[in-house]
Amino acid sequence: MIPPTLAANPSLGRWARFGSEGSVTILFGKVEYGQGNMTALAQIGAEELGVNWSRIRIEEPSTSGAPDEGLTVGSMSIEISGAAVRAACAEIRSLFLAHAASKLSAPPQELSISDGQILREGRSTGLSYWTLASEVDLARAPAEEVKLKDPATYTIVGESLPRKDLPPKLFGRAFIHDFLPEGVVHARVLRQPGHRATFKSLDESAVRKAAGESIEIFREGEFIAFLSSSEAAVQRAHAKAAEAAVWDDVASLPADAARAEHLRGLPNQVFETGAPPAEPSNRRRVTACYSKPYISHGSLGPSCGVAEWKNAKLTVWTHAQGVFPLRATLANGLGLSPDAIEVRHLQGPGNYGHNGSDDAAFDAAFLALRHEGKPVRVQWRREDEFAHAPVGAAMVIELTAELDASGRIADYTTELWSGPHTNRGRAIAESALPERPRGDAAPAGPGPGVGFFRFSGAVLNATPPYAIEATRVKEHLIQRPPLRTSSLRGLGGPPNEFAGECFIDELAESAGSDPLAYRLSMLEQPRARHVLERAAELGRWAERGPSGTGKGVGLAFCIHRNHGAFVSVVAQVEVAREVRVEKVWCVADAGLIINPDGAKNQLEGGIIMATSWALKEEVKVGKTGIASVNWDSYPILRFSEVPDIEIELVHAPEQRAMGLGEISSGPTLAAIGNAVAHALGQRIRDLPFTRDRIAAALLR
Amino acid sequence: MIALSVNGKTVSVEEGPTELLLDVLRNRLGLMGARFGCGAGECGACAVLVDGEDKCSCSLEIGSLAGKMVVTVEGLGTAERPHPIQAALIEKQAGQCGYCLTGIVIGAKALLDRNPRPSRREVALALDGHLCRCGAHQRIIDAVLLAAERIRKTSP
Repeated sequence: MIPPTLAANPSLGRWARFGSEGSVTILFGKVEYGQGNMTALAQIGAEELGVNWSRIRIEEPSTSGAPDEGLTVGSMSIEISGAAVRAACAEIRSLFLAHAASKLSAPPQELSISDGQILREGRSTGLSYWTLASEVDLARAPAEEVKLKDPATYTIVGESLPRKDLPPKLFGRAFIHDFLPEGVVHARVLRQPGHRATFKSLDESAVRKAAGESIEIFREGEFIAFLSSSEAAVQRAHAKAAEAAVWDDVASLPADAARAEHLRGLPNQVFETGAPPAEPSNRRRVTACYSKPYISHGSLGPSCGVAEWKNAKLTVWTHAQGVFPLRATLANGLGLSPDAIEVRHLQGPGNYGHNGSDDAAFDAAFLALRHEGKPVRVQWRREDEFAHAPVGAAMVIELTAELDASGRIADYTTELWSGPHTNRGRAIAESALPERPRGDAAPAGPGPGVGFFRFSGAVLNATPPYAIEATRVKEHLIQRPPLRTSSLRGLGGPPNEFAGECFIDELAESAGSDPLAYRLSMLEQPRARHVLERAAELGRWAERGPSGTGKGVGLAFCIHRNHGAFVSVVAQVEVAREVRVEKVWCVADAGLIINPDGAKNQLEGGIIMATSWALKEEVKVGKTGIASVNWDSYPILRFSEVPDIEIELVHAPEQRAMGLGEISSGPTLAAIGNAVAHALGQRIRDLPFTRDRIAAALLR
Repeated sequence: MIALSVNGKTVSVEEGPTELLLDVLRNRLGLMGARFGCGAGECGACAVLVDGEDKCSCSLEIGSLAGKMVVTVEGLGTAERPHPIQAALIEKQAGQCGYCLTGIVIGAKALLDRNPRPSRREVALALDGHLCRCGAHQRIIDAVLLAAERIRKTSP
């Protein structure tokens, strides 16, 4: 079968290009934002082509150069894009070999490729990819079946090759923020205080005075921006404007809007899946309710977008997670044909989901359309990134299990409340435009381009990965939560894994079982059992002491989205007034690993981010919107607070390669949750584990 | 007019004394290694050395820098001739998105200049003013310790 994104971009020449210098460029539609996927995908291409690593080039995806592979999300680069690159490059290799065979009148089985050179029985033929490039037409559809290289012969895939994109980032110019085209105009956008707010007045003279240099004050509808060739001037104007602007119908939020519990009282749509409602039974029933607050992406660089409108063509430079999806959003929101728009990716800070990058690109594009011939660069302030970029959805997760006489889980119900975890397709600026949609349709929300099937991020891993007779999920989807929510690393997976894996510990306790043994009694797959047993061994689970001593060890297990990588985490904590996570062990089986060091880097990153979520992070809300708009009010884990980490990757090159960028965070949350419960002898079911919650748990 | 040294060269700044060092570096001198992160001295992405100290350039007014010696990441090394800290960070693949890294190079340089033999804990504490969102902390600490060891070997 042809891999899906190759089938969707059915021309082999869109996936690899031979340069005149003896180089090969591997092309793909997934973008790099620190995951190392560009390097890993290029490794897959180099391997199938049979070309040395030094010849391999990569380039930033653009709508004019790269295959359309949608968004770079869901730990799917290696699985989805990797499969396409692999199949395309394997077929390219066989086409060149077939062409060389006919040219040399040689039996194909006598030919081979070594570093791009075509050999006959091991000797040079004078032919290579580069000498034949003009004779082999790659503008052709992929074949149904293609012969792939035997993984046992891999020499590039499976190697910890250094990332190609990393070095420039250490020395200077490297990011979209550093891209200043000739004649660039700097712009800052004054955000509307809520999507229904209407502009009343602006003290322009105060703003101009603060700017100190000549600036343009742009206003159309509720969209206000300051533009100048001097970035410092628009920065000062912007800072002043926050107090010099008067708005009507400013957003007004209830005092408890930030609390996950607030979700229960909001209008919602209910979706039920799984077994029919449980019949009344005499079995022992255990119920517990967990929650997770709204969480910021916290990208270190506030979003930036650059755009130019020239000769009826719009060029947009962005660090968004996909160039084609952004082009669709721009076309729809700006009323342009997609053909009139080119979107080019440039390096940016980690996105970790749907942050402000698409919005900043839209801002720049909107302003560029009104400043023909001038490249417009929009830089968001830190405060706007925190206050106006989408945030990860808060969730309430209520779990109920029935245990049979032996303590085994016979019936399991997940009932959860959540805002949308995918909410793309419309930029925040759209509610400020003169022709804006009014009323309830106004908040940025899913626009066109959403598929026909229903995908809900809220139910990922809502069902436990264990052998349980009957499970069901009741989802309350709150379409309009008080804050604009969208995708954040792992979507609902990590919160559900946190709740589910903590709850399993509660059930084990209720059944009088050891949490490790209890899990193993419901797990059959050898790969699942292995990661769990191995993590327990590394984390010295057997030596775990009594609970309530202030020191705790907890474990958790997960199968990513219930069909992907297997991962287990053990966390060791010390709890006094605060929680300190001392050490985390992680064992992961993600099948064939393309770049082991890159894979470990991703797992480490997920562990540290989740430790930060567990201990510190929650969006705070004031009367008119998000109140945690700086690093002081939205603290994240610092260097002196990160745990030691030990990671073991299971060597399984014969298994399909699975994504792992988001697999370690859920089990880390849960392992910390279980370790804290062990340390305190009391369970905290609401994230984050703050001083107040620790104190309250100890008073119970 | 305010005169200061940037990467060993004297620079005269005509803009007013309240102009921020970060803006001058990026927009006037074309030195992009100091990154805009928060504008409030809270994240360390814009760090530069000022007379050898790790400072946030987003919060420094030019007027306070007359006669001072400013060193940006561009003044420490290049891709061809990297500083040992930069080389060690690449060797350890100590980064993900990399947005924080230039600031961290500066923080590490300031530390190693005053303490050539830091413990793991001392490196962590010295970098506490630098935020990394991707979670590359442990690798970064490994790289700084590796660089410290190499610098000690080459400069007895």
